[in-house]
Amino acid sequence: MNRRGFLSRTTLAALSAAIGAEVFYGAEIPSGYQLIIEQDPDLFSLYHKDRDMVLLNDRPINIEAKAHLLDDHVTPEQFMFVRNNGKVPGELDAGSWSLLINGESVRQARSFTLEELKEQFTHHTYHLTLECGGNGRSEFDPPAKGNQWTVGAVSCAKWTGVRLRDVLREVGLKEDAVYIGYHAADIHLSGDPRKEVISRGIPIAKALQQETLLAFEMNGKPIPIIHGFPLRLVAGGWPASVSGKWLKGISVRNKVHDGPKMESPSYRVPCRPVAPGTEVSAEDMCIIESMPIKSLITNPRSGAILEAGKNLRIKGHAWAGELEVDKVSYSIDFGATWQDCTLDKPLNRLGWQQFKAIVDFPGKGYFEIWARATDSRGISQPMVLPGWNPKGYLNNACHRIAVKVA
Amino acid sequence: MKNQQFKKRNTRPYSSIMLLSAIVITALLGIVTYLMMETPEETESTVSTEIATDPERIEDGIHLRTGLKAGEGMDAVIRHCTPCHSAKLVIQNRMDAAGWESTIHWMQETQNLWDLGDDQEVVIQYLTREYPVSTKGRRQVLKDIEWYSLEQ
Repeated sequence: MNRRGFLSRTTLAALSAAIGAEVFYGAEIPSGYQLIIEQDPDLFSLYHKDRDMVLLNDRPINIEAKAHLLDDHVTPEQFMFVRNNGKVPGELDAGSWSLLINGESVRQARSFTLEELKEQFTHHTYHLTLECGGNGRSEFDPPAKGNQWTVGAVSCAKWTGVRLRDVLREVGLKEDAVYIGYHAADIHLSGDPRKEVISRGIPIAKALQQETLLAFEMNGKPIPIIHGFPLRLVAGGWPASVSGKWLKGISVRNKVHDGPKMESPSYRVPCRPVAPGTEVSAEDMCIIESMPIKSLITNPRSGAILEAGKNLRIKGHAWAGELEVDKVSYSIDFGATWQDCTLDKPLNRLGWQQFKAIVDFPGKGYFEIWARATDSRGISQPMVLPGWNPKGYLNNACHRIAVKVA
Repeated sequence: MKNQQFKKRNTRPYSSIMLLSAIVITALLGIVTYLMMETPEETESTVSTEIATDPERIEDGIHLRTGLKAGEGMDAVIRHCTPCHSAKLVIQNRMDAAGWESTIHWMQETQNLWDLGDDQEVVIQYLTREYPVSTKGRRQVLKDIEWYSLEQ
């Protein structure tokens, strides 16, 4: 594309942003050449992740937080989990980025540049909880296949963008629209350019919610590369896999979207409860929609040793998918008795809520503090693993930290 | 003023103190520099240096480059599984033979994995032998707790 065969200025800018430093002789890099840092990168510095984050997989990149790293009300970039299904796209140029809206159920397909989206539609900002459908998978028995997430595949950042519904209304929907599916720029692990990595979606009702965004900013800055720069679909409260990164297209469908990872068993659970280890046929698996009620004690870090007679301040977050959290309780006796925590309202719908409590201990010894949240429909977190499912999704069992009073 | 007077009166002891301090400071700086530059670098770079010199080195039963457990079939796993994804994905998972077989089948159907031929049995045997399924129950005991004194 470039006559001289060197990297374009925009590619260079993206590269510098990824590395976190300017490439001094950047203009001299022949196009197609990979810097050493790209060939064998330190993923933590490349993608601005805290060294205490846990790398589950480096190809594709999957990184999770630990509970105590998620103490911030608004999750900063360095503590935000990464779940990738494919390779991070190489060319990410905001200046030439465009989004194609097509599908059987649009009146006429239409493309918008990122600039047009920003100029033509009102900007909105929401705090949106994104949790991986497989968060907590590592606990399932028999084990489920995939990245073995523990508790840290959840975040609540501040996302800014335009409403998907404003854009869809501008394009014009047909009456038979039931679902949307996203298309993205990520690259299949096999390198096959014809293969789409992941293309999931949401029912039209979720797509038209006011909080469902075509986001271009995270925490007041352009979205970090690893989290979907320059454009991401963000639909809070649902499995984070519906919030497609590196967004290139939205297809409005007259049927449930059928892109890769929409099919069974991906992001599906048995429609009816099954015994652990049961083989479940594809037609008996249902798509996960809203995520279940859950909470996380983010302070103190598990393993605190306290002086006898001192009380302990605990705090954390609770979230409930599409719903609001009504109550959070804690127990220091393995659930025999529960005490209420103070619980804040969310900053907006689909944002996680903060809880805190001051814990008194009856004497010296080993304790576990368990947190249990209840949603606005009265549904609480289970104390043991919830229903087994073949892919190990939706583990919302109570979070626990260990404490010793000495 | 005060300083000048002090200097005049104590020129000799002052200079010897200076000399002594200079020696002590230099020595300390040397030690600090040594500690900062040598020790962490040595420990941190040991593994990567070894990988650089011998990428296929096995230590304590672990293949350093991939992290896989050394054993019959490991080479086949590296050959067939790691071109697309890292060995970290393999190491995280626990499945029985039927589970691995269906995973391989799924990758062949949807992810461009090739026919493993005779290696398929070798790969499955390695995975079920080196990464066996263990029973976890409904809730495990909290593990790997790092204890620390908390001041609030």
